[in-house]
Amino acid sequence: MSEKKQFIDPDLQPRTVIGPNGEEIQINPLEDYFCSERPKVHEPKRWKIFEDFVNWARAESIWVLGFGTGCGSIELYPLLTPRFDAYRFGVQMRPTPRQANLMIISGYLSVKTLKRAIRSYEQMQNPKYVMALGSCTINGGMYFDSYNTINRLDKYMPVDVYVAGCMPRPEAILAGFNALKAKIKEGRAEGANEYAKNFDYYKANQKKIIKDWNMPDYNW
Amino acid sequence: MTFDWTKLLYTLLGLFIVINWGLLQYGVVRRITARVAKRIGMPVYQPYIDLIKNYSMRSQISHGVMYYLGPVFRLAGGLGIFLFMPLVFGSSFTNYSFAGDVILILYFMFFGMLGMALGASEGGHPYSFIGISRGLSQFTTIEVPFTLAVIALAAQHHTFSVSGIVEAQQGGILYWNVFQNPFATAAALLAFLGMMGASPFNVVMAPQEIPIGPPTEYHGTYLGVLQTNRAILYVSESILMVNLFFGGATSWPELIIKGFLVYMWPVFVGQVYPRFRIDQSVPWFLKAPLILGALGLLFI
Repeated sequence: MSEKKQFIDPDLQPRTVIGPNGEEIQINPLEDYFCSERPKVHEPKRWKIFEDFVNWARAESIWVLGFGTGCGSIELYPLLTPRFDAYRFGVQMRPTPRQANLMIISGYLSVKTLKRAIRSYEQMQNPKYVMALGSCTINGGMYFDSYNTINRLDKYMPVDVYVAGCMPRPEAILAGFNALKAKIKEGRAEGANEYAKNFDYYKANQKKIIKDWNMPDYNW
Repeated sequence: MTFDWTKLLYTLLGLFIVINWGLLQYGVVRRITARVAKRIGMPVYQPYIDLIKNYSMRSQISHGVMYYLGPVFRLAGGLGIFLFMPLVFGSSFTNYSFAGDVILILYFMFFGMLGMALGASEGGHPYSFIGISRGLSQFTTIEVPFTLAVIALAAQHHTFSVSGIVEAQQGGILYWNVFQNPFATAAALLAFLGMMGASPFNVVMAPQEIPIGPPTEYHGTYLGVLQTNRAILYVSESILMVNLFFGGATSWPELIIKGFLVYMWPVFVGQVYPRFRIDQSVPWFLKAPLILGALGLLFI
């Protein structure tokens, strides 16, 4: 068991590469490929009218990271179909965390997936929002005593909107989008800044549950 | 030589109109796409909101100078096509059209793609190389029939100037190059499908493939610049097609109607035909469009 805990991805181990002219290059991927800087708090603009305008634009143009966990991801696809058509509300799917603003944790989150969810969340740029679907993200739901899933999502990343249900139907998700929009327009959706302010708290919680931590503390 | 401020102002006004036209047209296209799928679709003004949001992201990260310059080069490519092409023939909106501008425009079409290749390669995303190599190989084959068509026109009208080609088409609908040289027009219209990145040939930017390829790492303002460029580039390419093959335009309404219709051609084709793989699209451009382009040269 102890060996497994110390497992480091071979791609991430320090190594020496011989360059085209025969020179030796030392590579330490964890330092070279990732930035170990802590997240920064980005205060809102001082002019309220400007911040309100920008928040309106952010609320009307929500780009969702297509990241499905658990059983809720199947509820996300009907959102894009003619019946529910989330595009009407300015909701679009983006395939890459860099361009996305909203991360939907759709249902139970296993420990293995939590690691990926954290990496994706940290790669998203400020401002970013998290929507949690289903009772599994609130208190564990029917998996409350599972050895392999987390119970409360907001111990690991700041959640803006919970959509309760098991599973919530697409109508409920659309209602969740509208709740999120109202929150953004009021200027209360500051999840990214919260994450930066309480970074140590979130990181300690994450490290408590992820045993094979083989990535930088903050990877963006 | 004195600097002509009026010309600069007219060019900037034309640029302003073209950006807004491009954004609105993109909204309309998304709306049409939605209607084809029996959806209602996003509002027509959604591209504006996306643009505002992208320009107002609070944090952004850079991977280096070339990463930063990628979108700038892309924007320069779009602006280059716009700047050296007459918008409205015989008016003040002739931009900086000069004797050899067709060659420069052909160069600028490739320039943006090359800039993106340099920028995306520094982004650190391992699959952007695949996206870029796909994009470059496809665009190289698109250029072949298009260049043949343009050379056919240049030889036909004895000029390398877009203004000259437009001037030669004045006098009636039968003077348009679509009737004067139908083969070259057909080749260029087929190449135009690929230039506009519409459905059969959009595997390069496809979200489902290699997570959207080159622009994967671009976010915030970088993506905003790319979106601005998309607005300028696609409308400029439509106007270029209008100028080269459909008699140009002598007034803004004429330009907008013709440009709108030409823009819609790849959109409707894209609605009907599914996406080609890159190893299907590259030979496709080297078959019918290439033969048509060669016929266009013989047809002079």
